[in-house]
Order: sequence, then C-alpha cells, then structure tokens
Amino acid sequence: MQLFIQLTLSGLTNGAVYALVALGLVLIFKSTDVINFAQGEFLLVGAYVAFMTIGQWGLPWPIGVVITLLIGVAIAVAVERFILRRMIGEPIISVIMVTIGLSSIMHAVILGIWGPDPQSFPSFLPSSPLNIFGATVGADRLWALIVAIVLLGAFTVFFQRSGVGIALRAVADDQQAAMSMGIPIRRIFAVAWSIAAITAGIAGIIAANILGVSGDVANLGLRVFPVVILGGLDSLPGAIVGGIIIGLLEQYAGAYTPPVLGLSSVIPFVALIVILMVRPYGLFGQRRIERV
Amino acid sequence: MESGIYHTTYQQDMAFRHTPIQYGRLILVLVLALAFPLVFRGNDYYLLLANQCLVAAIGAIGLNLLVGYTGQISLGQGAFLAVGAYTAGTVTSNFGVPWFAAIPIAALFTAVIGAMFGIPSLRLKGLYLAIATLAAQQIVEWFVTHFNFNKLTLSGESGALTLPTPRLFGLKLSTNFDFYWVILICLILTVVAVSNLLRTRYGRAFRAIRDHDIAAEVMGIDPFRTKLLAFGVSSFFVGLAGALMANYNARIVTWESFTVDVSITYLAMIIIGGLGSVSGSIYGAIFMTMLPALLNSLGDTLQGSGASISVSQWLPYLKEGVFGLVIVLFLIFEPQGIAKLWRNVKDYFRLWPFSY
Repeated sequence: MQLFIQLTLSGLTNGAVYALVALGLVLIFKSTDVINFAQGEFLLVGAYVAFMTIGQWGLPWPIGVVITLLIGVAIAVAVERFILRRMIGEPIISVIMVTIGLSSIMHAVILGIWGPDPQSFPSFLPSSPLNIFGATVGADRLWALIVAIVLLGAFTVFFQRSGVGIALRAVADDQQAAMSMGIPIRRIFAVAWSIAAITAGIAGIIAANILGVSGDVANLGLRVFPVVILGGLDSLPGAIVGGIIIGLLEQYAGAYTPPVLGLSSVIPFVALIVILMVRPYGLFGQRRIERV
Repeated sequence: MESGIYHTTYQQDMAFRHTPIQYGRLILVLVLALAFPLVFRGNDYYLLLANQCLVAAIGAIGLNLLVGYTGQISLGQGAFLAVGAYTAGTVTSNFGVPWFAAIPIAALFTAVIGAMFGIPSLRLKGLYLAIATLAAQQIVEWFVTHFNFNKLTLSGESGALTLPTPRLFGLKLSTNFDFYWVILICLILTVVAVSNLLRTRYGRAFRAIRDHDIAAEVMGIDPFRTKLLAFGVSSFFVGLAGALMANYNARIVTWESFTVDVSITYLAMIIIGGLGSVSGSIYGAIFMTMLPALLNSLGDTLQGSGASISVSQWLPYLKEGVFGLVIVLFLIFEPQGIAKLWRNVKDYFRLWPFSY
C-alpha cells in the first residue's frame, strides 16, 4: 500500500510535467493545425536560458524567469513568421518535417553553446521532501502539479472569456470563416505560438528543476505524444488528464513488472496505438478525424 | 519536356528513355558506378561511404514508395530497417541459413511486419498515422533493446548480434570492395522493380490514394488493400536495405543504427531528394550520407590547420545543426527537392542559349 501511494504520487507529479508540455503542443495544434515536433527544444530553451540568467548571471529568479519567457516568445514568433507561415497550404509531411528540422537546429545551437555536460539547476523552488500519507515526494514536483492546474484554469478562462481567446478558437474552427469575420489571422498565429512558448518555458524550468539541466529535457517532446493523443489533440483539459493518466501508467507499469524489461518507457506508446485504434480523437478531442 | 518526339508504337511510348541524351546519361551513370570501386580500390573509406550511400538509396526508395507515392507518412523507417537487419542476423547466426537466402527472407518478413503496421492506416490519416508509426518505432526499438537475439529470449538485455562472413562460391565477401557489387546489384534490381511497379495499375492506385483517397475509392480502388500493399512493398525494400546493412562490413547488428533519428534521416533523404521520385531518393540518400562525412573531413582539416577552438567538441552540433538547416531550407525554397533542381538544370541547357 505504501508502494502504491508512493507510485501514485510520483505518477501524479510526473504526469503534471507531461501535462505542462502537452499544453503547449495542444495550444499550437488547436489554433494553427501544426503539430510541433520542436516542443521539446522549446523546453530546452526554457531550461538553459533560466540556467544562464539565474544560475550563471545570478539574477533574482523572477527577473530570470521573465527574461527566459521573453526569449522563448521571441524565438516562437520568429519561427512562426519566417518558417511556418511559409508552410501554410503545404502537405502535412512538410509541416512535420520542418518542425523536426527546427528541433535539430535548436538542439544543436543550445547544446553547442552550453556543452553536453548536465548542469545543476539553481533551484529556487523549494525541493525539500514532503511526507504525504507515508510517501515522500519532492516539493518541486508538487509545484509542477500546482502550476499545471493553475495554467489550465488560466487558459480555460482565457479561451472562454477574452477576445483573443475567442478569436483563437474561431481560427482553429474555420480559418476562412474567421478571416471573413475580420480576425487578423496572422497575429492570432503569432499569439498562439507565443502562449505555447510561455507554457514551454515554464515547463522547461520545472522539468530542469526535477531532471537537471541537460539535453534529456528535450526527450519530453517525444514522450508527450501518447499524452496528447490520449487526451485529444485539441483539448486543454485532455492534456492535463492525459498527462496524469500516462504518468500513473508509467509508474505502475515500471513497478509491477520485472524491472529489467524497462516497460515503463514503452507502455505509453502501446497505449497510444490502442487509443488510436479505438478512439483516435482521444478522451476529450473533437470528433473530426476523417476515415477512408 | 523534350519536343519533336513522335511515338508510333506503344513500346516507344512506354519506354523510360526517349532521346539519345537520356540513354547516354544512363550509360554514363552505370559506367561510373562500375568504375568507382575499381578506381578507388585502395581507398577503403571511399568504398565504405559508397556502400552506405547505396544501402541508404535502397531504403530511401522503399520509403519514398510509401510516403512520396502513396502519401502515407511513416516515422517508423528505423523500425523496419531493424526488422530486416535482425531477421537476417537471426536466421544466419542462429539457424545457419546462408546470407544470400537470409536477405530475401528478411525482406519478405519485413514486408509482412510492415503490412501489419499498415493496418492502422485504414483508420488513420496524415498526422495521426505519423504518430502511430512513431509509436511503432518506439515499440520496435524497445523490443530490440530488450530481446536477446542470440538466445532468443526476452531477457532485458540485448547483446550485439554477430554475423558470419558472407561467402559466395567459396569466396569470402569480407571487404567493402567485394560487398559493393552485391549492394549495387540489389540497388539496380530495386530501381528497375520500383520504376516498373509504378507504371502498373497498382502504382497508379498508389498515386490515386495519395492525391485523393475518397475519389480513388469512388473510382473502384480498394483503399485498404492498396495501402496495405504499399506498406508491404515499401517495407520489403526497407527490409532489404536493413538486411544488407547487417551483412556487410562489421557484420554486427546493434540497436543504435535503428533509432528514431534514423527514421528522421530517411525522411529527410526523400524530402531533400524529391518526394515521389525514384531518382530523387537516390540523390537524397547520397546527399544525406555524404553531408556528415564531408563535415567530418572539414573538421579534420580545421583541426589539422591548428584552429584555436576545439573542433571535435563542436562537430556533433555542427552536423546536427546543418542537418536541420538543410531540411528547413529545402522545404522552404525547393520543396520538390534535388530531383527538381536537376530537372531545372536540364531544362536550362535544353533551351540554351535561346531560353525564354
């Protein structure tokens, strides 16, 4: 029972990190129909720039975080403006490959600057272990959960209430109709990418807090695909629920099967195939998958 | 297109090449391919690179059949290569099947596995299929890293698979020079087979599915069968490439050659070479194989010239960055790839000096 509680807690908190990463992916997909294979590298930007400003320059952490997020936004806007805008109307393989190419460039530049060795992140989040129902969990991991839920709430309000949020949903629904209603579609794309970059920046900082600052942070970009498919590619609550389910699944699969098999890394992808076969739009996604 | 060509028979119309210049180019390429190993016989590194290019070309043609001609995105190329390589390795080292029989067995087995992974394509399109194949890639990667092929048990650690030296009529095919001929023959057979397949009703069905699957179905093409066939045939050639990779040179099969990065490299090959073009696949395979090799030798030159920065430390990132940059630039400026660039060059000289 002790083990079960421990697994559940780690699963929940890992899932929260997944959920944060997934939020950015879903935001971009929801409004621009682009699946961003470079999401992991946006996390890397967040992790390394925060490491530079807070750890190397010794700035106070709120300033460091703001600088990190601003740089992330600048990169995202540039990527949208100079690369993805030219890809509008191109076949889906081109869009996928362009984000993959981008991920390789960003990965190379970041690791080229800071080198391959993992760095320790200047932890400004309290990381003292907490004791909950007899299981221990780092406080920084709980922060991931809290931040994920707060961001979900903020985004939900944003998409339901604010003008820009409604415009984003309109663009996602039907680009031409949105344009004819006078929505500046290009600015909306830039906004979508900026919000995704902010989310990725926050996720990157939190992931770096837990995992340390290294290239491994970028692997989350691929590991998060089962999460977004499970939750539904265009659903924000789906990203959170999917993240937590996959996080729990990983922990249980890793602990209750022979550890030499390393099942915890592959079970999410098996789940992904099963979901795609049974319910391709995910738990909360819109049913608009075409089948032929 | 060339003008002034008048076909009076169906055979003339069906021919791949119509003009003397086209025949000349074909013969030139063949002569160069045959002369290359003889000229560079002493330079093992060049022969190694040539072999890698040719194997990659076979794999890229296979992938292009699926992605470029049938429009089914696959991020699982590395997995299919792995299936080919490990099958060839297992049947030769565990069951003693001779290598020349093991290669077709591996290719056929990969075709079956590929068709199995093609089943989701019935329900999934585009992005979702890409993610499904990505998952397949991860699952196969997990399998080959946790399955012991020497003992054939799922034991958790893989262990490298070592193959015996291929022999043919008592001759050992141990050097790059020897194996070049095997690979070249396989590549030529692949090119001939795929080019001809694409002119049959099946090839036309592939393209119909790519261009508009609903319209294709209305025209009487069974999309499920066609997609499965595309996955199967494509995987056959990918498996062939994988089996060749397993057999030549080091003859050790390890999982590092079959990661998701390999899938991405192959996709980059066909995009840079030209989607939906057999010759483009070859150009792309050569380009993407030579690019890191050229950067390596550039690094060696810089290192030798006594540059102050430590080149070897930067080189991996330089390679990765250039790789991404090339993909992005090609997609933005020439989405149809090297095949289109080459066509432009030919068109320019065809009209020269009286271009419009």
